[in-house]
Amino acid sequence: MASPQSVRLGRLAGDGVFVAVIAAILAYLYLPIVVLIIFSFNDSSSLTLPLSGFTWKWYDKFFANEDLITALRNSFYVAILTTALTLLIGVPAAFALDRLKFPGKTVFRRLILLPLVLPGIITGISMLNLFKFIGMGLSLQTVIIGQSTALMSIVVTQVFARLQRLNRNLEEAAADLGAKPWESFFYIILPNIRSAMIGSALLSFTLSFDEIPVTFFLTGRDNTLPMYIWSTMRRGITPEINAVGTLIVAFSLLLIALSVWLLKDDARS
Amino acid sequence: MKRPRREDIPGLVVLSAPLLWAVAFMFIPYVIIFTYSFWLKKYPTFVPAFQFGNYAQIFADPQYYQVLFRTGKIAIFVSILSLLMAYPFAYFLVFKVRSTRLRALLYMAVIAPLWVSYLLRAYTWKTILGSEGVLNSFLVWTGILGQPTDVFLYNQFSMVVTLTYIFIPFMVMPIYTALEKIPKNLVEAAGDLGVTPWGTLWKVIWPLSLPGVIAGATFTFCLTFGDFIAPFLVGGPDGVMVANVITSQYGAALNWPLGSALAIIMLIIVLAVIELSDRAQRAGRIGLG
Repeated sequence: MASPQSVRLGRLAGDGVFVAVIAAILAYLYLPIVVLIIFSFNDSSSLTLPLSGFTWKWYDKFFANEDLITALRNSFYVAILTTALTLLIGVPAAFALDRLKFPGKTVFRRLILLPLVLPGIITGISMLNLFKFIGMGLSLQTVIIGQSTALMSIVVTQVFARLQRLNRNLEEAAADLGAKPWESFFYIILPNIRSAMIGSALLSFTLSFDEIPVTFFLTGRDNTLPMYIWSTMRRGITPEINAVGTLIVAFSLLLIALSVWLLKDDARS
Repeated sequence: MKRPRREDIPGLVVLSAPLLWAVAFMFIPYVIIFTYSFWLKKYPTFVPAFQFGNYAQIFADPQYYQVLFRTGKIAIFVSILSLLMAYPFAYFLVFKVRSTRLRALLYMAVIAPLWVSYLLRAYTWKTILGSEGVLNSFLVWTGILGQPTDVFLYNQFSMVVTLTYIFIPFMVMPIYTALEKIPKNLVEAAGDLGVTPWGTLWKVIWPLSLPGVIAGATFTFCLTFGDFIAPFLVGGPDGVMVANVITSQYGAALNWPLGSALAIIMLIIVLAVIELSDRAQRAGRIGLG
């Protein structure tokens, strides 16, 4: 029989191993991001060690590159409209799934949630087929329709989950007190699903900003930022891309902080 | 047909937009792709037909069915590897970290990379693993290697490393949720009854966390199965996956019917995996009282 002390030591050693494993996993997750940031400030056009010194020139190059700036603007345009559309269609869809009974509901649910696990390439080529079929030219608008289709499932699942937890007595009480349906929507339901909407909107925005598989098939002459980066990658590695990447990391961190801050009240209740 | 009652009308208004969207942009496109998969390639475009030539070609030509097998193999590897890392991580968070702040922070740390450009994260592995990359120059610099090696990049190893890296968060999230739901007193009860920590893990925690594991594995498998960006960036000639072949059929090869047939096969495989995981979830739903 082991003494209690050796058991405790053994457990401590076990926890030590555990902590090391967790640290290794985190290192695996963050090493590439750290490499990206470090080399965006490295004064050498090849990505090799040892480092050659600090420079801002990749950032200067980026801000002087008009194609990149145009692509960035396109990405914002696409991401904003996509996010709006996913909310506009996704929230009613979540409502329908939560409240309504209608024939074909199971098929509808499966169809609308499918893109959660469906590889983007399928959405991309199936919509490319549709647009060719009806003779619609490819543009940023087709990209927006495609991305909204792919990303709507996120809004639907988040809002649906929240609606399911919502206490129906509140609405009944409101109705008993003479509230009209739209009043109970704006004063009871909306405040309760607000954070789910904000959270999924931020996620939609980020994923749209970053989207490739659907955009790849549906874009015309205009490039979004990831598509532009993709096209330069074919030509080889440039540290300018690292600079763009670092800016994206900073922007993403900002969005994460924003979502944490916006959802703070919810976590408390 | 019965006329909608007055109180049904708000419901119809709510439903109409999503329903129209789902029919126009999901159902009809899938029908078109399914139809195209039976059409015939006729240079320079393709003509309507009803024949199984495209499917026959996929199952007869090793070039195609080998890619399907390889894609499946890589997707399975990536799922297993992600599970091996995600499970200990989620377990540690739920059962070992006492401070809720630290737990939230570590959880965010694992999810945060999802918010950073997918393309850039895949591309960075190219810069790390390449023969003129960070890893090689580090090994040469420190004298471990005499000269740079090209074994790290453009093979299935680099694909699995990159894809696992990208999809780990999808594995951590559902497993974490499943582990968090396990009542702590169940684990304590097992301990009080003299079950060893490993026994508790194997007999209590693991079975109760299976729904999370299944959900995570489904996500990882399906998303890996359809990826064409990582193969393009770090895959090399023996890392080509189904999605790359579809892309080239829709691009340079201009054989949309064959590309559609491949997409339908991919769709069927993905749907089969989802169905299997659904059933496993239902069968495994062990009641907790």
